[in-house]
Amino acid sequence: MTQHAFLPRHKFDDLLAQLRQSGYRTLGPVLRDGAIVYTDIAAVEDLPAGVTVNAQPGAFRATPGDSPRLFAWANGPQALKPVVFKPVETLWQAQPGAGGELEFSAAVPIDEPVAVLGARACDLAALKLQDRHFLNGEYRDPCYMQRRRQLFLVAVNCTHPASTCFCASTGDGPGASRGYDLLLDELDDGFIVAAGSDRGAQIAAALCLQDATDAQRREADEAVQRAAAQQTRSIPPGDLHDPLLARRDHGRWLEVAERCLACGNCTQVCPTCFCNSEHDENFLDRDGSVHVRQWDSCFTAGHSYIHGMVIRSETRHRYRQWLTHKLGSWHRQYGRSGCVGCGRCIVWCPVGIDITEEVRAVLENIDDF
Amino acid sequence: MTFERRIPMQAEVVNRVEESPTIFTLSLRLVDEQQHNNYRFAPGQFNMLYQYGVGEIPISIVGDPSEPYLLQHTIRTVGRVTRGFAKLKVGDRIGLRGPFGRGWPLDAVQGRDVLIVTGGLGCAPVVPVINHVLHRRGQVGRIAILQGVKHSEDFIWRERYEQWDAEPDTQILLAADVSGPNWKGFTGRVTALFDKLDIDFANSITMMCGPELMMISAARLLLERGVSPAMIWFSMERNMQCAVGHCGHCQYAEKFICRDGPVFPYHEIRHLLGVRGF
Repeated sequence: MTQHAFLPRHKFDDLLAQLRQSGYRTLGPVLRDGAIVYTDIAAVEDLPAGVTVNAQPGAFRATPGDSPRLFAWANGPQALKPVVFKPVETLWQAQPGAGGELEFSAAVPIDEPVAVLGARACDLAALKLQDRHFLNGEYRDPCYMQRRRQLFLVAVNCTHPASTCFCASTGDGPGASRGYDLLLDELDDGFIVAAGSDRGAQIAAALCLQDATDAQRREADEAVQRAAAQQTRSIPPGDLHDPLLARRDHGRWLEVAERCLACGNCTQVCPTCFCNSEHDENFLDRDGSVHVRQWDSCFTAGHSYIHGMVIRSETRHRYRQWLTHKLGSWHRQYGRSGCVGCGRCIVWCPVGIDITEEVRAVLENIDDF
Repeated sequence: MTFERRIPMQAEVVNRVEESPTIFTLSLRLVDEQQHNNYRFAPGQFNMLYQYGVGEIPISIVGDPSEPYLLQHTIRTVGRVTRGFAKLKVGDRIGLRGPFGRGWPLDAVQGRDVLIVTGGLGCAPVVPVINHVLHRRGQVGRIAILQGVKHSEDFIWRERYEQWDAEPDTQILLAADVSGPNWKGFTGRVTALFDKLDIDFANSITMMCGPELMMISAARLLLERGVSPAMIWFSMERNMQCAVGHCGHCQYAEKFICRDGPVFPYHEIRHLLGVRGF
């Protein structure tokens, strides 16, 4: 049975110290430029104590407050994706020799082990999906794998869902059930700590904590249940591949395209979107060239370019590609929907397009929901 | 993970043939002896070719799988990268990753009539399959090759077609949408030649390459003639950058063309064929 310990609020820095002592660089949520982002944290003071977030379609407002709570918000624009799947990284390098020969060498990531504090259930689910994409096929991405293997995850159960959250309907939150090394529940005076892995258990043991009381555990469970009940948005359950493909000519695709700017924000904040482009950057001294991978988006014209032609030249095709892939094709590719209900695509869309609304409009009158 | 498929191998241009003003064929040889000896490909697969200072592109492998040491790639100059490749000379070094993807269903040709339908430069990915069946003449039935081009001047490999035409039980039909003065083939769509085909459709397999609309029309004609949907094969093309199913560009609904294809039987993709934007 999992042990549930209690970490008093004033001892929170002990957890950070313990992680650093174990060789981890510690990343956590920090209020920066009006958003909550994951970046290096040195002490508990760096965390967004008292901050609450009001997220709406196309709007995100973080407000400082007096509460001691560190995690009284759902999420910011970033998930765990940039920690393991870098927005830009070099895959290999080509070096020309004097006689015209070419030497190719793989770029090996030299990142130190990272511990992320404050991972949400939706983001753990998304990470698992990215694992399936980058690690479970015939080809396993060495850069992703190296970072993923040494990633330590301190999850925090979500008790303050945004109006845009719908993880309860996708089955991915607000409580985390797997995929973490340590799981925290935040209470007013501290945190319940549970280990989800051996290395998590070692860190927890080193903190020398008392057991959490039944009352504390009940309070934590109720907070997660309330967070689920508060969610008003939802995505229809089940495999939507066939009904979505059957509605590929639905008028809603054109209607949403009239609002969609094809900016790609939704794909950049999405924790499961994996598209990336590759290009070559030549050194100015002509002494080499690096082959670079960079996040891409199916909303760009270049994404579907093929010998002089763009397959998805219209925004309606790009939005349809994104939505039918996310909620339909993912089932065929990876055995489940590619949406974990984090709601980021709704919040960070400049015009507030809501995936839950769009999928319902396309699936209008469908029998099974 | 087979690491050498993620990082290019060094290859040398050992021959270059100008097929037409915009089409050329590069013969490549892997420089590393071990890589050279170990390299094998299946007809229908492709390589990622890299030119230093220019970029990397997917190119299907022409040539004969029984002679895998001579890697031939026929390329049409269309964009920035292919314009760079057009300037390569014998002795130049490039990068090569591959082979990638699922090739043609060669086992299925056994005992069947074989129809090859190609459009434009589409012929390139099926050249190795034509070589393969001609090497096994006794094991396959009749062979018919239908080749369509936009303009008769785009027609390349005249000698190769003449050699194939001289083979027993082999029918070659050529069509050009627009023809010049010396064109001996048909002028019009390649699909207009289906009535001339002398094969047993019910016991045939078709492999196609070229513009999607051409392949879709051809598939319709084949189905009308009683060809099984499982015996109609398409070679599909989309933007490909990683070739290992990770970059996402080649997605065709749930398929990754680079990994699940580029060769697909009709029944696997029928729901997507001809849908704009997929």
